[in-house]
Amino acid sequence: MSVIRRRNRLVALAAVSALVLGVAACGSDDGDSSGSTGGKPDKLVVETFGEFGYDELVKQYEKDTGIKVELRKTAQLNEYRPKIVRSLATGKGIADVVALEEGILNEFKINPTNWADLTPLVADHSKEYLQWKWELGKAADGRLIGLPTDVGSLAVCYRSDLFKAAGLPTERDAVTALWPDWDAFIETGKKYRAATGKGMLDSVTTAASAVTMQVGGDIFYDKDDNIVADKSAAVKQAWDTSLKMVDANITAKTATWSPEWSAGFKQGTFAATFCPSWMLGIVQDNSGPENKGKWDVAGVPGKSGNWGGSWLAVPERGKHKTEAAKLAEYLTSATSQVAAFKLKGPLPTNLEALKNPEFQSYTNEYFSGAPTGKIFGGSVEGIQPVHLGPKHQAVKEQAMEPALRAYENGEAKAAAAWDQFIKDAATQGAF
Amino acid sequence: MALATPARPASPAPAKPPRHRPARGAKRARWDMKYSPYLYIAPFFVIFGIFGFYPMLRTAWMSLHDWDLIGAHTFIGFDNYAALLKDEYFWNSVFNTLGIFVVATVPQLVLALFLANLLNRTRLRAKTLFRMAIFVPNITSVAAVAIVFAMLFQRDFGVANWLLSLVGVDPVDWDAQRWSSWTAIAFMVDWRWTGYNALILLAGMQAIPRDLYEAAAIDGANQWRQFWRITLPMLTPTFVFVVLLSTIGGLQLFTEPLVFGNGNMRGGTQREFQTVAMYMYEKGINSLNTAGYGAAIAWALFVLIGIIAAINFALVRRTVK
Repeated sequence: MSVIRRRNRLVALAAVSALVLGVAACGSDDGDSSGSTGGKPDKLVVETFGEFGYDELVKQYEKDTGIKVELRKTAQLNEYRPKIVRSLATGKGIADVVALEEGILNEFKINPTNWADLTPLVADHSKEYLQWKWELGKAADGRLIGLPTDVGSLAVCYRSDLFKAAGLPTERDAVTALWPDWDAFIETGKKYRAATGKGMLDSVTTAASAVTMQVGGDIFYDKDDNIVADKSAAVKQAWDTSLKMVDANITAKTATWSPEWSAGFKQGTFAATFCPSWMLGIVQDNSGPENKGKWDVAGVPGKSGNWGGSWLAVPERGKHKTEAAKLAEYLTSATSQVAAFKLKGPLPTNLEALKNPEFQSYTNEYFSGAPTGKIFGGSVEGIQPVHLGPKHQAVKEQAMEPALRAYENGEAKAAAAWDQFIKDAATQGAF
Repeated sequence: MALATPARPASPAPAKPPRHRPARGAKRARWDMKYSPYLYIAPFFVIFGIFGFYPMLRTAWMSLHDWDLIGAHTFIGFDNYAALLKDEYFWNSVFNTLGIFVVATVPQLVLALFLANLLNRTRLRAKTLFRMAIFVPNITSVAAVAIVFAMLFQRDFGVANWLLSLVGVDPVDWDAQRWSSWTAIAFMVDWRWTGYNALILLAGMQAIPRDLYEAAAIDGANQWRQFWRITLPMLTPTFVFVVLLSTIGGLQLFTEPLVFGNGNMRGGTQREFQTVAMYMYEKGINSLNTAGYGAAIAWALFVLIGIIAAINFALVRRTVK
């Protein structure tokens, strides 16, 4: 009897555990954006990459509305993108507000139905932002999928202490005067190498990004989204300039976002990098408080351009689309953009924010008191919209940059690197 | 679920409990004997069905489509497989995977055999401590191991280059060539798995009867000869098992090269250390619109593991015999 009873108990246990495991396995745990469906949500999730400077803003929002906001951050765009893809494909762990960068925006625009149309959800802001930036937030079917956050613009961040040690000028206007064009920039790099034995610039890929965006026009795709990487003037010029830099040996060969690169800011492995406005926060975080006042901001060689910048979108499958749209509206408002700029550097796109005296007169204490409001704000009007195709970011990060780095590290000859780039551009760029 | 019903049959039992009890108990016992074994083994099959079998079928189905993760799915038959056979990067990833497998597994098994043999000595003090110690690397998180090793093998501030510089060797850019990246990755794999394999081999060695060694010793065979003539031949079944496990693990290599390559699925600017699993991820997940192709790679990997496991099985059996 007792044997039977024990067995029954075991059977029951096995059955229960099988059930529990089964339930846990198929259970749809949407967890993150929990709360009541319909009505006011308990919590909204904002998914961003890099540094958007929303930390203080969401605290204010929580105070004002009583809705908790979870701010999820991913350091790099190439790790961030798969997360968004996964959440869209499965509907699991989807955030309420998602930041989309210009390099990946078009890829997501191909399937616009994944995103909520914001037009009915927010007030009409169409005249309040840089016109081209606002227009890019719309998909081909006319739905408004993104509210503009920032643009990048272009500048050079440099270490004045290292420049001094190399016998170069340190004052920001004098540094800007060092490099009216790219050849002059390379000459400066050679002087730096001769004086210190080190590379001045972090890597050629940052310079390549800057040049492609300066030249503009068609980059990897033409207007009809055919891949034209092998014929594009912007690509050609960026490629040639990069190769010249490698041959002149002016870089520290630290791949952007690598541990060597992050550590390089503190260690002084290199003395300059290209700084779109959003990069300021990243330079600051990597360099740490001990290097405060050593960095400064100067103008770029050649003409102005734009690198980067984002939009805030609301996934169609999110549970609280109305509230999420309101939150996105709040985060992209004129006052919020100024506050974010002061905290982490993303450059406003809201016209009112750009005229805001607080923005225009802002000096960045970390960057030796550089008047970043004036430096970046002054260049915004001159930015020309550039057509980026559906898989711009993939072609840039998975085709062009690896090929350039292979040449920089001496792994491939120039012609072989070019062939690799063109071949990869075709596969990475297909959509 | 079904279990609840027979456990409480609606019967007139409460009226005359003492007389009905034996009959009901016997019925229950018979039922129990017949079906409960299936329930005991059910958890594995349920879980395997959900996490193993269903994904396999689904992947096979996906591989026959031009599958956009967040868009349309079009049936294209075996086009993905046809393209795969001609894909240079796929074969490159196969080459890398096999290369890293050989570079990592051969020294690992030799070392494991050596460690197991040492631990098998009868006169070793603190045996349990040593046996536990060699297993510790295996229970550390693979990501943590990979991150730490990736730091050791950094170009500018890595310990490996510092050690090399002490003996006058120029710093190596570890992820810039095949040989150096493979070496670094093999270190990570071996650090984690040598102890694990050593323990399995040790268990096999302990099953070998002691009197064989005693007889050999009386006949004048030294330790070395005993190892070759007794330990190794008697260890064959265990060794086959260990080789199979290492093959499966080695061919699915993913986290170590990924973290070593700074989180980039490409595995080096020239794909020097991109494994098949990484290429699968690149195509299946990273690239939004080629999920079907990624699924085809997953099946190719499955077939590849099958083939190599069969070859290994045949080889190891023959040579050790």
